[in-house]
Amino acid sequence: MKKQEIIDAKNLHYKILNEKIIEAVKSGADEIILNNINGQRYIAAGLKDDARIIVNGVPGNDLGAFMDGPKIIVNSNAQDVIGNTMNNGKIIVHGSCGDITGYGMRAGQIYIKGNAGYRIGIHLKSYKNLLPVIIIGGSVGDFFGEYMGGGALFVLGLNNNDVKIVGNYIGTGMHAGVIYIRGSVQKYQLGKEVGFAELNENDVALFDKYLKDYCDIFDIDYQKLTAEKFTKLIPVSHRPYGKIYAY
Amino acid sequence: MEKDFIKEKEISACAVFGIMHQTKQKLSGELIIRAIEIMHERSNGMGGGFAAYGIYPEFEDFWCFHLIYESENGKKVTEEYLEKNFIIEYQEEIPTCRTEKIKVSPLLERYFLKARKNKIITTEEDYIVSNVMFINSKIPDAFVASSGKNMGIFKGVGYPEDIARFFKLEEYSAYIWTAHGRFPTNSAAWWGGAHPFGILDWSVVHNGEISSYDINRRYLENYSYKCSCFTDTEVIAYLIDLLGRRHNLTFEEISNVLSAPFWNDIERECPEKKEYFTKLRIIYSSALLNGPFAIIVANKDTIFGLNDRIKLRPLVGATADDILYISSEECAIYEICKNPEKIWRTKSGEPIIGRLKK
Repeated sequence: MKKQEIIDAKNLHYKILNEKIIEAVKSGADEIILNNINGQRYIAAGLKDDARIIVNGVPGNDLGAFMDGPKIIVNSNAQDVIGNTMNNGKIIVHGSCGDITGYGMRAGQIYIKGNAGYRIGIHLKSYKNLLPVIIIGGSVGDFFGEYMGGGALFVLGLNNNDVKIVGNYIGTGMHAGVIYIRGSVQKYQLGKEVGFAELNENDVALFDKYLKDYCDIFDIDYQKLTAEKFTKLIPVSHRPYGKIYAY
Repeated sequence: MEKDFIKEKEISACAVFGIMHQTKQKLSGELIIRAIEIMHERSNGMGGGFAAYGIYPEFEDFWCFHLIYESENGKKVTEEYLEKNFIIEYQEEIPTCRTEKIKVSPLLERYFLKARKNKIITTEEDYIVSNVMFINSKIPDAFVASSGKNMGIFKGVGYPEDIARFFKLEEYSAYIWTAHGRFPTNSAAWWGGAHPFGILDWSVVHNGEISSYDINRRYLENYSYKCSCFTDTEVIAYLIDLLGRRHNLTFEEISNVLSAPFWNDIERECPEKKEYFTKLRIIYSSALLNGPFAIIVANKDTIFGLNDRIKLRPLVGATADDILYISSEECAIYEICKNPEKIWRTKSGEPIIGRLKK
């Protein structure tokens, strides 16, 4: 039987809140509901478990930092640096989020329903079969996938067809991984280290696994979405700065 | 004698918050204290401050100087100086209450002044600026925290919520408030160096670091502004006064100067815009702010938020019932406004501008 814990986070400092979360996990809770959250940082930071954590209210910065396994569902907007260096797990945000989402993330998924800020997926990295994936439903700012060293980024531009769905300097310093953008981008928007590529069957497999999952969660027609054109960007070199340091 | 100023700059992860009632209704200080307090983790107790507009209606035609004195002598010399150049209508110690958190402070005094007309050479505003520059750079142990009309800046060393209680800001109400929580990492913490920085009725709070500080400072010296507060934010206050008051630029134009678009972006603009941006960048090349920043600027009828050119600091805007909110973090807005009509994150160089409604 599923065990549920409810924590009222009103005026709770993040340290105490996290202690309560850890306590709940230790007592065997499968689902932890956090009510009256507002701005508490580091929620579920470093947590190694597969609990489901539901956040009601706007969580503070570094949500799910270093976490390894939990599934966090945020029913509003979220702030900056979600999933900082996250090792595994899943973060689902039913609103928009701020800057540097998924900073140095190593595996797991971050799904944002709305827009996201600048430097989304900065320094994302992958290792063997570990693959971090970030999907943004709306638009993103500049430096999307900056210094990316693995994993996959998606930006879908849903519900805002009239604005630029992705900013400039896309993939600046990128040396591994892949970026998918619904629709097209101009050459001038790209960082010097990335180039256009054709979609192949590996991409289709990736779409079927992660984008379909995203569509199921946010109730989006996957077939219709994937019938549209996607732009794929990959790094042109796996060592973009190799020559700089070769004295 | 010039005071011995060390050139230092600040690298920080501060908190900024601003609120404006656009139909000029008064908002209690309690609101801004709650908003800045929720972002406690962004400060380290090394500085907090507030600017409040509309707090001295009984003296609205007088220049109000908030002075910070580090010695009795500083007060004595400054008061002699003020007597010579102003008619002091009223003066008093700024009311404070010593708390567990703030036990010591410099001397804090406010003055309501009329300029001695025979001493004004150009405009009254220029006269005020030159007097503030004189006190800040020449009189030891004396610093002018604010020098506008019907407004004041309250700041010191401590967490912002503690500084607010120290100054009893919950007893004030204002139609514009800005607030700052400081996290300096490489400049000294002292009362005058806390934010906001002000000149005339301008105030500036800033999260970030101005790498172009020396370029900006030297440029401002040509216009008789002397930087004397050991903190990079000071140049922003003077740049805004120069651009906004003396050069009459709009806030849109000021953003295009401080956070100028990149040359390669200008290249893609239509001929008219290309010419406009090119001119601005050439004329005001030394007013460009480099380095990460999110700032909130206010004067008696405007509040203005702006980010650096590549958005290295957060800034969120929101509106609800004729109130405009600007904040480092969204949670601070939700803390005092449960249902904002609109909430958005700024783009680099794209200002949030709030004006009083007619």
